[in-house]
Amino acid sequence: MSDVLLTVSGLTRRFDVSKPLLNRVIEREQKQFLTATADVNFEIRRGETFALVGESGSGKSTIAKMIVGLLEPSAGEIRFDGKVMDFASGAAMRQLRRRFQMIFQDPFASLNPRWRVGDIIAEPIRTFGLLRGAAISNEVGRLLELVGLSRADIEKFPHEFSGGQRQRIAIARALSSKPEFIVCDEPTSALDVSVQAQILNLMRDLQDEFGLTYLLISHDLSVVRHMSNRIGVLYLGRLVEVAEAKRLFLEPQHPYTRMLLDAVPDLALSGRRRTPVTGEIPNPINPPSGCTFHPRCQHVMARCRSDIPVSTATATGEAACHLLVPEPIREPQNS
Amino acid sequence: MSNVTDKPQPTAFARAWDSDIAYSFRKSPLAVVAATVSLLIILAAVFAPWIAPHDPFNPATLNLMDGFTPPMEPNQFTGNTYWLGTDNQGRDVFSTILYGARISLFVGFMAVLLAMVLGITLGLIAGYRGGWIDSLLMRVADVQLTFPSILLALLIFGVARGFIPPAYRDAMAIWVLIVAIGLSDWVQYARVVRGATMVEKNKEYVQAARVIGAHPAKILLRHILPNVMGPVLVIATIGLALAIIAEATLSFLGVGVPPTQPSLGTLIRIGQGFLFSGEWWILLFPSITLLALALSVNLLGDWLRDALNPRLR
Repeated sequence: MSDVLLTVSGLTRRFDVSKPLLNRVIEREQKQFLTATADVNFEIRRGETFALVGESGSGKSTIAKMIVGLLEPSAGEIRFDGKVMDFASGAAMRQLRRRFQMIFQDPFASLNPRWRVGDIIAEPIRTFGLLRGAAISNEVGRLLELVGLSRADIEKFPHEFSGGQRQRIAIARALSSKPEFIVCDEPTSALDVSVQAQILNLMRDLQDEFGLTYLLISHDLSVVRHMSNRIGVLYLGRLVEVAEAKRLFLEPQHPYTRMLLDAVPDLALSGRRRTPVTGEIPNPINPPSGCTFHPRCQHVMARCRSDIPVSTATATGEAACHLLVPEPIREPQNS
Repeated sequence: MSNVTDKPQPTAFARAWDSDIAYSFRKSPLAVVAATVSLLIILAAVFAPWIAPHDPFNPATLNLMDGFTPPMEPNQFTGNTYWLGTDNQGRDVFSTILYGARISLFVGFMAVLLAMVLGITLGLIAGYRGGWIDSLLMRVADVQLTFPSILLALLIFGVARGFIPPAYRDAMAIWVLIVAIGLSDWVQYARVVRGATMVEKNKEYVQAARVIGAHPAKILLRHILPNVMGPVLVIATIGLALAIIAEATLSFLGVGVPPTQPSLGTLIRIGQGFLFSGEWWILLFPSITLLALALSVNLLGDWLRDALNPRLR
């Protein structure tokens, strides 16, 4: 058994955003593609929390959906515990599917309003045929207590619960198939600030108890700092930096990471001036050439406009920036 | 977190009585009246053999001398009195209305059921799968919408009669009628279900079911269907009134059920021949029954639409 649970290599997803065929023919336009993620590579080690951060539209959720099979990758490969995930093959995937789960962003949409809580939590158990008969409701009761609810809640409907309680139900459902790996797509962003900490602490306790591995998707840097061991920073569908969580906040290597961190409000009121994020994420249908961050980068060089930077090892992990690589010896440019 | 309540669980009836929809029903006098009228007619139709004073289909009990008896007046030859009078063959109008409503309602319910099953199935598939199957089904629906549905029902009725051997025609007529009305009505169910399915399929509870690899049929039937049934029930109620009227129209035009098994539409067709010779009751009472039935079911549908629409609360 290797130390790495999930390997993502060369993961790319393009969405066809073309107009209908008739319009294209009449207006003489080409097909248009939106590149949501491009050539994303990372590894998640067993038992750790790997966080993906980035602005809206950076492709965080697209990656999460591809990992759990809700979207098909256009290119690249996902390996779970050494086995390639091929969602087209039903029988082989059944075994793998039981081992990962997902927690969704909006607890008001992620629970079927017509189902009782007991049925919602038991759905994975029934689908995978893990238990039968009375053992199911027994297990559901145990899971409810595990996430801090009561056994009596089995008979209730989701609308009888608050947002935080619903997210606990969603967590109980995710745990019911006894998974090893849980993808958490912004699990707290729809919740009250007061409830967020409760849910995050619950997730950490469950991780310690069951040795879970988390992929945490978030745009909230304080959540990420609280939860994760390693962090990947996404910009326009590309992973610009991966680093140990503690060191990323102290020694950001990529200019974009630095920009994100400078924008975080300083609660200690140390007098440090907060630098707002400048510019906006460009249109992913027509991304900038070279390094996609160059229009917003303070350190932009000629090289950044023409060459896509390659991920290189840094003191804290790896990053993709031309600043980190010494200027190559001038060779005749082939462009 | 959640505290255990010691209160006993309310019974199913108490829960239904306390629900929003029951409250809105009690607060709407029109809905109560409409429901009472429809329920009365439906019950009277269902229990017609026990309620009706005469059996209008048993020739042995019919006396041609009783023909054209006015309502509440003794017949000039036999002295028999009938509440709503008799028709040309001496059949009690009240009894024929009960038996006629029975056939009208049966055809209406079955046609709505057929249209619903067909429309929901195709709508779910079109909305969930999308792509070419969605385009194909919706273009078929568009084409069908360009024809008036009564014309389509006439066409289906005519074609089906051509295929059925003459010996079975009368026995099969009622089923042919159901198929004709049902097939001409599925489009609106399919469209509504397709739209609602396209909204529901992107919700996270459907994604959660897909993550664990639940079968698409199970997702459609167990997850999406219960969440799209609200608007379907509304159209089904209004559709019932429309189906009853469609059946009456077809029977009035003479292509519906045979005269030996008269529905409300057949009774109206028979009655309109005597209107100008002064026997008004043969036409009037079946017409009032049809009107009351269609109107009350329609009002019930209107109320249901408002009650289920959260923006109108």
